[in-house]
Amino acid sequence: MISQIFILSSKGDHLIYKDFRGEASKDSINVFYEMVTALSGDQPPVVMTHKDLHFIHVRQGGLYWVASTKTNPSPFTIIEFLNRLAALTKDYCGSLSEKSVRMNFALIYELLDEMVDFGYVQTTSTDILKNFIQTEAVSSKPFSLFDLSNVGLFGAETQQSKVAPSVAASRPIMSSRGEQGGKNEIFVDVIERLSVVIGSNGVLMKSDIQGEIRIKCFLPTCSEMRIGLNEELNIGKSQLKGYSSAVRVDECRFHQAVKLDEFDTFRILKVCPSQGEQTIMQYQLCDELPCAPPFQLFPSVEKDYVNRVLIFLKLRCDLPPKSTALNVSITVPVPKGSVSMSQELSSPDQTAELQPKNKALLWEIPRFPGGAQLSALFNVML
Amino acid sequence: MPYFGSEETVKELKRALSNPNVQADRLRYKSYITKVIRYMTQGLDVSALFMDMVKASATVDIVQKKLVYLYMCTYASDKPDLALLAINTLRKDCADPNPMVRGLALRNMCNFRMPGMTEYIEQPIVAGLRDKASYVRRVAVLGCAKMHSLQPRTEIDGSLVNELYALLRDPDPVVVVNCLRALEDILKDEGGVVINKPIAHHLLNRLKDLDCWAQSEVLTFLLRYRPRNDDELFDILSLLDPFLQSSQSHVAISTLRLFLHLAAAHPAVQADALLCSSAPLLATCGAASRELRFAGLCHIQQVMRSQPALFNTHYKRFFCGYSEPSYIKFRKMEILVALVNDENVALVLEEMKSYCTDVSAELAQAAIAAIGRIGRTYSEKCLDILTGLLALKQDHITSAVIQTFRDLVWFCPQCTAAVCLTVESCVDYPQDSEGKQALLWLLGEHADQISSAPYLLEVYIDGLKTELSAALKMEILTAALKMFLRRPAETQDMLGRLLHYCIEEESDMCVRDRALLYYRLLQRGIEETRKVVTGPKSDPSLSVLTSAQEEPVSQWVSIFNTLGPLSAADLQLHNTALSASEHTDDTADTELLTEHVPVSMRDVSEAGVSLCAGAAVSPEAFEQMWQQLEVLQRQTVCFSGCAADTLQSALQPVHIQTLAFSPARALPWRAYIYSRGSGTLVLAELLQDDPEMLTVTIKQQPEHQQTVTAFISVLQSVLQTLNTGQMSV
Repeated sequence: MISQIFILSSKGDHLIYKDFRGEASKDSINVFYEMVTALSGDQPPVVMTHKDLHFIHVRQGGLYWVASTKTNPSPFTIIEFLNRLAALTKDYCGSLSEKSVRMNFALIYELLDEMVDFGYVQTTSTDILKNFIQTEAVSSKPFSLFDLSNVGLFGAETQQSKVAPSVAASRPIMSSRGEQGGKNEIFVDVIERLSVVIGSNGVLMKSDIQGEIRIKCFLPTCSEMRIGLNEELNIGKSQLKGYSSAVRVDECRFHQAVKLDEFDTFRILKVCPSQGEQTIMQYQLCDELPCAPPFQLFPSVEKDYVNRVLIFLKLRCDLPPKSTALNVSITVPVPKGSVSMSQELSSPDQTAELQPKNKALLWEIPRFPGGAQLSALFNVML
Repeated sequence: MPYFGSEETVKELKRALSNPNVQADRLRYKSYITKVIRYMTQGLDVSALFMDMVKASATVDIVQKKLVYLYMCTYASDKPDLALLAINTLRKDCADPNPMVRGLALRNMCNFRMPGMTEYIEQPIVAGLRDKASYVRRVAVLGCAKMHSLQPRTEIDGSLVNELYALLRDPDPVVVVNCLRALEDILKDEGGVVINKPIAHHLLNRLKDLDCWAQSEVLTFLLRYRPRNDDELFDILSLLDPFLQSSQSHVAISTLRLFLHLAAAHPAVQADALLCSSAPLLATCGAASRELRFAGLCHIQQVMRSQPALFNTHYKRFFCGYSEPSYIKFRKMEILVALVNDENVALVLEEMKSYCTDVSAELAQAAIAAIGRIGRTYSEKCLDILTGLLALKQDHITSAVIQTFRDLVWFCPQCTAAVCLTVESCVDYPQDSEGKQALLWLLGEHADQISSAPYLLEVYIDGLKTELSAALKMEILTAALKMFLRRPAETQDMLGRLLHYCIEEESDMCVRDRALLYYRLLQRGIEETRKVVTGPKSDPSLSVLTSAQEEPVSQWVSIFNTLGPLSAADLQLHNTALSASEHTDDTADTELLTEHVPVSMRDVSEAGVSLCAGAAVSPEAFEQMWQQLEVLQRQTVCFSGCAADTLQSALQPVHIQTLAFSPARALPWRAYIYSRGSGTLVLAELLQDDPEMLTVTIKQQPEHQQTVTAFISVLQSVLQTLNTGQMSV
C-alpha cells in the first residue's frame, strides 16, 4: 500500500502532493529531495529508505514521481503504477512536462483521487476513469519553429508535413465537452529502438531491436479494430519457412486486451482500444538484423595542435531512396575540457551545438533522404 | 512567491472568496478555489480559509466539490470544530441519487482524520456497504478500514468483520479486493485476514476477472495459504500457470513468487516455473522504464543464486547500453561476470574491455575489477586485456589494474609469473592510496620475481615523510620486511632507515606499533621472523568451495518481489541474517558425524568397509575441517579429465558426494569430494595441474586406514571407467 504520492520538479518544487494514510509527515517530501540529490552516481536511486519510510520513485518527463510506503510491497507493482500514472497524466494533459503538470494540477488530483483510495490502487483503466474525470485539460502549446517549417509555399503540402508527427502526440484525449467530438481519430504507430554496436573495423558486433506497436485513440467508444500484420511474420528462431525473406521476430508480447484467435493463422490482431495511449504489441529481435542498419557513420578524429581536435564525420543513410529520415540527431562524446566548437555543415538547416554539461556535441539533421551522404567537420577547442 | 508575504496572499484570497460579486460569478469563484489548492500544494498554510471553503462545498459543480473536499481532507485535523460544519453537506450528499456523488462524499468524509469522526461516518458506511452501486460499495469497504485506523485501539466490531467477509463474494472484483485490504488492516493485530480453503479457491477462480493491480495483490495474499495435499497443490498451480506468462511484469513476478512458495517441496516444479518466467523477467530488463529495468536486474540476480545457468544463452541482454545510468551498468556487469562460460567468454571480455575506458572513473574501475573476477577462471585472456590497459597511462585505470593484479595473484597463484613480468615492465605507477597499497603488496610478496622491486620500494620509503595515509605506511612496512627476508642485501639499509623513522618520528600510533613489532621480531632472529611473516597462508584456491554454490531457492524466496533486492546492503544483510537463522542446522559441526549409517545395499568395498553418503556437509564446514586436518595420503592417478557433471553422476552410485569443482577446462582444475565409512568422514581433493595426471589428496576424521584404502580403490575404479569411456568415444 502507498502512504503518499508526490510529484516534484527537477528543482524540488512541489507540484502534486497527496497523503493517503496520514502515516507520514509532509516533511518527507523534503527528506526525499535531499536524499535523491545527495546520491552519488553509482548508488541506485530507485528505492531509498528514511527511518521506516521507503521512497520508490521513477523519473519521467524530467519530474520525480514518488510513492512512499511503510510496508514492504512489490517493487514491480509500485514502479509500474508510477509509470502508469505518468502515462495517464500524459494522456489527459497532452504532454508530460513541469508546465503541463502545473497547469493541470486539479485534473491530476482528480485522477489520483479516483485511482488510489487509502493507499490501494483502485483502477487505472481509461475506460472507467473517463466516467469520473470532470476537469478539462489545459493544454500548453509552445510556440515552435517546427510548425512554421511545415507550411509550404502557397500552402502546398511539403513532404515533411505528410510524415511529420501531427499534433496528436501532444493532444489531451478528453476533448472539451463544448466542441463535441473533436476529431474522431485513431493513430497506430510502430516504434522501434535499434541498438547496434559497430566495431572500429565496421563489423556489426551487437544488434538488438526492441519494437512496439502503439495506439493512441481519441474515439470515445471504439468498436473492434483489426490490425493485420505481414502474413509471413515468423516468431522464434526455429520456424523459418522456405526461402522467403520472411519478417521475423524473436519474441513478442501482446497487451492483455488483444484477442489472438486469428493471429496464428492470419496474423490478425483484434483489439477494442480504450481511449488514450497503449502498447498493443511488443517484439524484439536480437543478433541478426533483417536488413542493413539505417545509418552508417564514418568518423575520423585528428588531434591538431595541443588544444584542438578535428572531428570529421561522414554519415550515410541506407534507407531506400523513397524514404526520408526525419529529425536525425547524432551525439558525439567529446573530452571533458572542451570549451568551444566551430563547425562546417553541408546544409544550412542542420544544426550542431556543443553541450559541455553532457560532454558531447549534438548534430541535428531535420531531413535526411535515403541513399544520401552528409558530412560535417567539427573543430573542438580544448 | 508564495513563501514571502504569505499572510497577504491568504488575506487577499479570503477577501475574494467572501466577495458576493465573486460568489455570483461561478467561473471566477472556481478560479479562486483553484488558486487556494495551488498554494496548498506549494506548502503555504491556507487553513485560515476553512470557513469560506466549507461554504463553497455547497455546489452542484462536481469539479468544485472535489477541489473543496481535497482542501477539507488536508486541514480537517487542524480545524476539527470547523470541519464538523461540513459534515452536514457531506451526509446529505451521501444520500444523493447519483452514485458518483454518493461515493465521492463518503470517500472524503472517511478521509477526515480527526477524533470523533466515527460517530458521523459509521451509519453512512454501513448503508454504503449495501448500496446497489459497486462504486459506493468499493468506497464503503475501504471506509471501514479508515474508520478503524481513526480509533486503532477500540474493539473490533464483529458484525462489521463478518459483513466484510461476506462481501468477498461480491460480484464486483474491486469490492472483493478492497474487502481483503480492509480486513487485513482491521485484523492486523490478529495476524491479518484469514485465507482458508474456500476463500483461497474463491479468489483463485476470480483471479482472471481482476485487473492487474488486484491480481498481484491477491497473489500476495495467497502466499498465506497452505494447500492440504499434493492434489490440491497441483490444481492450484495449474490455475496459476497462465499468469506466469502475464504481459504485466508485476503480475508475472508475483505469480512466480507464489509458485516458488507453494512448490517449496518440489524443486523440479520450482525449476520449471523459473524457466517459464525467465521471459517476463528478461522483458523487464529491456523495458523502456529504467527503474523497471533495475528492479528486473536485481531480481534476476536473486534467481541466479540458485540457477546460475538459467540466463546463459541471453548474456547479450546484459550488455550495457550507452545511455544507461551507471547503477544499471553496475548490476549488468555483476550479472555478466556470473554468466561467463567457455562459449561466450571472448565476447563478454570484448564488451567488458570497452567499459574499462568509460568516462566515469567508477564504472571503469568496476569493469576492470569485473575482468579480474573473470580472470580467476580464464586468467590468460584477462591478463592480456589488463596488461593492455596499463598502456593507456590513465591514473584511475592503472590503479584499478594493479589492485586487480593483487587479487588475481592471490586467487590464481599460477598467473604470478605473468603479473610480475607486467609489473616489472610497467612505467606508470598508481597515484592513489589503494593502488599504491596494492603495488606494495605485490612488491613485498613477490620480491624474488620482480628484479626492480627494491628500487621501486625505495622511492616510497624516501617519500614517507610526505605520506599521510596510515594504511599505506603499514603496507610499506610489511612490504619492506617481506622483501628483506627474500633479498636481504639490497633491502637491509632501507629497512633500517624505515624502522628508525617509524619508531622515532612517526606520530600515528598504529604505524609505530607495527614498526616496533617488526623490530622486536627481527631481534629474535631471521628464522623466527620468516616463520611469522611468510608462514603458510590459508589456501585461497579453496574458495572454489564457497563460490559458485547453487543456493536453494528457499534462501531468497522470502525477499523475492519485495524491496529487499533493490535497496541498500543493510536491508539485504538483515534478510540474510533472518534466513540464516532458519538454516543453522546444516552448519553445526557436531551434526556432521552423527550420521545415520544406513546399511549399504551395494557393497563396493574390498576390505569389508562400505562407504555411504550420509548427511550433507556444508561447504563452510568442509573448508574448516580441510584446514584443520593433516594430509593422510597423496596419490596420483591417470586421468584425462571429464565434464564435472559426468564425474558427479559417476561418483553418486558409489556413495561419494561431490561438493564443489572448478569450471571445466580451468587449469589447475580442482574438485572436492567426500564420503563416509566405518564411522569416519573421508575428505578428498582432486587436483589436476597436468592434463594427464590427477593428484588425490585425502584427509580423514577420525583416522581409519582401511576406509581410506577402500575409498581410494573405489575412486580409482570410477576414474578408470571414465577414462576408458572417453577413449571409446
